[in-house]
Amino acid sequence: MTYKKDKISRRRFVAGTAATTAVAISAPYVHTAYAAGSLNVGMWDHWVPGANAVTEKLIKEWAEKEKVDVTIDFITSQGQKLNLTAVAEGQAKAGHDVLFLASWMTSRQADLLEPVDDLMADFIKENGDVSDVARYMAQIKGKWRAVPSTFGAQMKGPASRIDLLKKHAGIDVQEMYPAGAKPKSDGWTYDVFLKAAEACHKAGVPIGIGLGTTADSVDSIGAIFSAFGAVLVDKDEKITVKTDNVRQVLDYCKRLYAFLPPDAPSWDDASNNKAFVAGQVSMILNPPSAWAVAVRDAPKVAEQTWHHPMPKGPKGRYASFLQPNIGIWSFSKNKSAGKSLLRHLNTRAAAEAMVAASKGYDNPPYSKFKSFKTWAEVGPPKGTLYHYPDPHQDQILSVAAMPSPHEVAAQIYAQGTMTKMVVRHAQGEDMEKTLSWAESEIEGFMR
Amino acid sequence: MADVAARADAASAAERRVPSRMRAILQRKSTIAFLMTLPLLLLIAVLVIYPALYALHLATLNKRMTQFIGLKNFTFLFTRETFWMVVQQSCVFALTAVFFKAVIGFIVAHLVHNVPNNKQRKWRGMLLIPWVIPPAMSTLAWLWLFDPSHSAFNWLLGHAGIGPVPWIGDANWARFSVILVNVWIGSPFFMIMYLAALKSVPEQLYEAAKIDGATWWQTMRYVTLPMMRNIIAITALFSTIVTFANFDIVRVLTRGDPLDKTHVFATWAFRVGIEGGDIPLGAAVSLFMVPILTIAAIFILRDINRRGNEA
Repeated sequence: MTYKKDKISRRRFVAGTAATTAVAISAPYVHTAYAAGSLNVGMWDHWVPGANAVTEKLIKEWAEKEKVDVTIDFITSQGQKLNLTAVAEGQAKAGHDVLFLASWMTSRQADLLEPVDDLMADFIKENGDVSDVARYMAQIKGKWRAVPSTFGAQMKGPASRIDLLKKHAGIDVQEMYPAGAKPKSDGWTYDVFLKAAEACHKAGVPIGIGLGTTADSVDSIGAIFSAFGAVLVDKDEKITVKTDNVRQVLDYCKRLYAFLPPDAPSWDDASNNKAFVAGQVSMILNPPSAWAVAVRDAPKVAEQTWHHPMPKGPKGRYASFLQPNIGIWSFSKNKSAGKSLLRHLNTRAAAEAMVAASKGYDNPPYSKFKSFKTWAEVGPPKGTLYHYPDPHQDQILSVAAMPSPHEVAAQIYAQGTMTKMVVRHAQGEDMEKTLSWAESEIEGFMR
Repeated sequence: MADVAARADAASAAERRVPSRMRAILQRKSTIAFLMTLPLLLLIAVLVIYPALYALHLATLNKRMTQFIGLKNFTFLFTRETFWMVVQQSCVFALTAVFFKAVIGFIVAHLVHNVPNNKQRKWRGMLLIPWVIPPAMSTLAWLWLFDPSHSAFNWLLGHAGIGPVPWIGDANWARFSVILVNVWIGSPFFMIMYLAALKSVPEQLYEAAKIDGATWWQTMRYVTLPMMRNIIAITALFSTIVTFANFDIVRVLTRGDPLDKTHVFATWAFRVGIEGGDIPLGAAVSLFMVPILTIAAIFILRDINRRGNEA
C-alpha cells in the first residue's frame, strides 16, 4: 500500500491564502453565530428615567441573537463628558466601536467615522425620508458618516401653559393645535408671539427664553433667526451678517428682549425647566422634559401644559431640532457587528419602544415614525404631546447656524454668536456695531 | 614573583574599592533624596511634562490638525478682540482674588492666633472647610444661591426690600460673583499658611519690641511682616498660579457668560478647543498662561532667594 504525499507548493499556498483573505474581507455580515466577537457601545445617558434600560435591553437582545459579546456605557452629557469622550477617542483612535455623537461631533470626526450610506439607503426606503436637519448633521460631503438617532433626538418647540396664555394673551393653544387633528395655526405668527410675550410679561409670567450660550438658548434664538431668513454664513461659506434679514431679526429680538426674564442672558439649560416647573413662566421652548418633571413635582403645572409648533415668521415656521447620531469608528475592529446593531436600533419596533420609554421625549428622524401611540395617549393632559413630533409637518426643522459649513456652524453654535448678538444689541449697542462684531467673530471662526 | 603578587593585591583592592565606591554614592544624601523623589519625578514627567509638550505640539497645528503652521495660532490670537478681553479678565480675576484672599487670610490668621491654644484647633478646622470641599461642589452650592430664578440671596434681599440682584446675569455682577466664590474657597489656604508663619515668629522679638515701647503698628511693620515676608511671597505666588489657571469656578458658575465677560484663559480655551472644535487654537490659548506665570514666578522667587542670601 502506498501513500501519496500531499505537497503544498509555494504558489498554491499564496493563492489559497489570498483567496481566504479576499473572502473574509468581502464577505457580507451574516446574521448567524459567525458574527461573534465583541462590541463596545457608548450611548448617551438619557435624561428620562427608564429610557436607558429599554435601549440597553434592545442592544442585549440583539447581542444575544447575534452571539456578540457586547458592553454598553451610558455616558452623561453633563460637563461635556460625552463630547470629551468622542474627542479623546478620536485622538487616541481607540475606545468604543459604536458611539453616540452629540450634535456637531459627527462632522467634526467625519474622517474617522465609517461611512454608512448602505444602511441609510435601506433605512430611508423602509422608514421614510429624514429631515433636512438630520441630513445636514450626518451626511458630510455627500457621505452618511453616522446614522441619525431616535434615542435622544428632540424638538425644541413651545411647551405652553394653557391657562396662562388663554388668560393673559387670549391664545387658546389647544384650539390652535387640537389633539389628534390637523393644526389651525395660520394666525400663529411672530407678531402674535410678541404681543403674547408683552401681555404675559405684564402679568408677571413672562415667556421663558434664555439668552445664554447653552443649547436651549442657542436653539431658541436659532429658530427665530431661521424664521426671518437670517443666516450668518451661507452654505458657500460667504459671510452674510450685514443683510436686511439679520437686521430685521435683531430688531425683532430687541423688542422681544424687553419682555423676557431680566436675567435671561445668564440662563442655562436648567433655568427654563426650573422656571416652568415653578410656574414662573407661561411658555418655554423645550422638549417634554420640563413637563415630565412637572408631572412628578408640580402636577397642576403639568395638567396645564401643551406642546405645539413654533410661530410662523416671514420665511416660514421653523423649529429647532437637536439631532444626535450614532457612528461607527473607522478604527473599530468589529464594524460589521456595529452596522448590524444599527440596523436593529432603526427598526420601527425599536424606535417605538424608545419613544415609549422616554415618555415621548425621543423624536425619531424618519417620516413614517411620527405617529406612534405614545404621543397621542400620554398625559396629563391627554394629547399634550400629539403635536410634539409634528405629525402634520407644519414646521421646517432646522438647527442654529444651518446651512453654514459645519466647521463654522459648530463655532457659531458653541460660542452662542446669535444669542450674544441679540443681547449686545438689546442692551443698547448700535445695530451696525453688533453686526461688525459678529462679522469679525465669524472671520475668526473661518481662519 | 613578588611583582606578580603585588599586582594581584592591587587588583583585589581595586575590586573591593568598586563596591565600596558604589556604596558611598548610594549612601550620599543627595543620591538617596534623588531616588526617593524618582517616583514623583516620573509621575510628573508622565502627567505634566508629556501633556505640556503635547499641548505645545497641538498649538502648532492647523485647525484640522493635519499641517504644521508654526506660531500662526498665537499670532492669530493677537488679532482677536475676545482674546484681549480674556487676558484682561484673567489678570483682573487673579490679582483681585489673590489680594482679597491675602488680606482676609492675614486678618483671620491673626484672629485665630489670638484664640487660646486649646480652642484654636476647633476654629482652624471650621475655617478650613471651604478649602477642603471640592471646588466644583461648593461652586454648585453658590450657583444655587445665585440662581437666576430661585436665588436664596435675592429672597433674603427681597425681604429687606432690596433687589433682585442679577448675580450672574449682569457682566459686572457676574465678575464680582466669580471673584467672591474664589476668595471664599481660597482664603483658608492663606489663613493656614500665615498662621504657621505667625507661630514661627520668636516670642522674644515681640517682648523686645514691647520693652522698646513699640506700638501695635510698629510691631506689625518691623517684626511680624518682615518675619512673614517669604511665606507671604510664596503663598501669593502659588495662589496666583492656581487662580490664574482656574477653571472649575467659572465653568460651573457662569460658563464665561454673559457675553464672554467672565471667561478666563482655561474656560475660554475649553470653549474654543473642546466645544468649538478648534483644539489647536484652544491649546494656544491655554499656553498663553505659561509666559505670564513664568515671569511672575521668576520675580517673586528671585526676591525670596535674595533675601535668603542676605540672611
